[in-house]
Amino acid sequence: MPVSVTTGLPGRALASVRRPPTAHGPGTIAACSRPKPAPLSIPPLLAAHGVAFTRNDAPVFGPLDFHVDAGEALLVQGGNGAGKTSLLRVLAGLVPPAAGHVEIDGRAAGPAGRARYVAYLGHQPALKPDLDALENLHFLCGLQGRRARQMPGSALAVVGLAGYEDTLVRQLSAGQKRRLALARIWLSPAPLWLLDEPYANLDLEGINLVNRMISAHLRGGGAALVTTHGAYAAPPVRTRQLQLEAGA
Amino acid sequence: MIAPGTEPGLWRSARALAVRDLRLVWRRRGDALQPVLFAVLVVVLFALAQGRDPQRLAATAVPVLWLAVLLAGQLALDSLFRSDAEDGSLEQWLLAPVPLPWLVLVRVALHWLTTAVPLIVVTPLLAEMLHLPRDQLPVLLASLLLGTPLLSLIGGVVAALTVGIRRSGILVALLSLPLYVPVLVFGAGSVAAAARGQDPVGALLLLAAGLVVALVLAPLATAAAIRISLD
Repeated sequence: MPVSVTTGLPGRALASVRRPPTAHGPGTIAACSRPKPAPLSIPPLLAAHGVAFTRNDAPVFGPLDFHVDAGEALLVQGGNGAGKTSLLRVLAGLVPPAAGHVEIDGRAAGPAGRARYVAYLGHQPALKPDLDALENLHFLCGLQGRRARQMPGSALAVVGLAGYEDTLVRQLSAGQKRRLALARIWLSPAPLWLLDEPYANLDLEGINLVNRMISAHLRGGGAALVTTHGAYAAPPVRTRQLQLEAGA
Repeated sequence: MIAPGTEPGLWRSARALAVRDLRLVWRRRGDALQPVLFAVLVVVLFALAQGRDPQRLAATAVPVLWLAVLLAGQLALDSLFRSDAEDGSLEQWLLAPVPLPWLVLVRVALHWLTTAVPLIVVTPLLAEMLHLPRDQLPVLLASLLLGTPLLSLIGGVVAALTVGIRRSGILVALLSLPLYVPVLVFGAGSVAAAARGQDPVGALLLLAAGLVVALVLAPLATAAAIRISLD
């Protein structure tokens, strides 16, 4: 399977990023407070070594070798069926790879390491339709912890859902549900974001929001893997690209 | 950096899950009442069909009550993990920094609390309707208190195995009902022993032993089944 990894190719900037030095006011996205690592002294946040995945004995992707350092994003592109979602599920540990292994922060990725390092946004938003927006975020914070100096209410403001705190999720539009799922990612203390089609169902403002969130996350020392169908949306930060193509 | 005081742990995650599930039960309280209403209907219909002979009703009261509770529990079993699987919540459970068997145990305990406990609460009323001798009621309640969590734990494994299959309601019943047989035998058997003047403690202790074993092993098996189903 042809696989290419392009380095040093920044995505098109679609949003102006507001950069308040310390403010966490409504609607602004400030870099999180994780200390920036010394660039040469630490292993990559995520490394894939010969990772391959098969379904019903048919190859889906791989073997792939790549790494993602703290402070950078990897844009995984490819058409339908290219294996983007499968790649993220393998990296998140939701399915085992057919071959190869994954390292997180220099250690073989296990459940404990992934729980500490990985925040995963899948196709499904992990939201309960009969709970309101705040109740959903409170549950996920109770399950996975919450980032310092961030509260569910302020996360809703960050993703443009201020005023929807008491609205049941089933009354939200698809784009608003996606924003709420992004608020969950924003609240996560995990430094490695695995975002599967984060731009899905979002308008241009929502796409800009995702880019601003990723930029702020990377400035704070985090890293992100982002899948997308095409190059129409990409975080305006230090980005590398991984191109997946369907078929064995 | 994680916010101080929000580090996820066993009790914090259990409390979050309990609050979420109880809120969901309250928001869909009509659905939550269905198992109780089903059990009441089964017992009432049986009493109507059996006729007005108190002795005949009393003779079959325990098997009927146990079967009503068992079948009512089936109604909610298929939904034990299904909505969490469909909306992506189970994926977040797998990535949570607490063991998946722990979350499974909490989920099953809440399922038991919201489906079986209301049935146990109305059991004295149903027993009265079936003319069950009152001296047998404590044994019946003890057998239900020990047997119904065992049913929930066993049913959890089956529900997890079938969570990836659409419209698996009948399959869940076909897989779980044979596994319920020992619980039914010892549960109803304990009351039958008491009715014959024998000591029911042996059967109740066997139920308790089964419950202890299931408390340890069933969450592990259910967690493994969830991982397989989401694969």
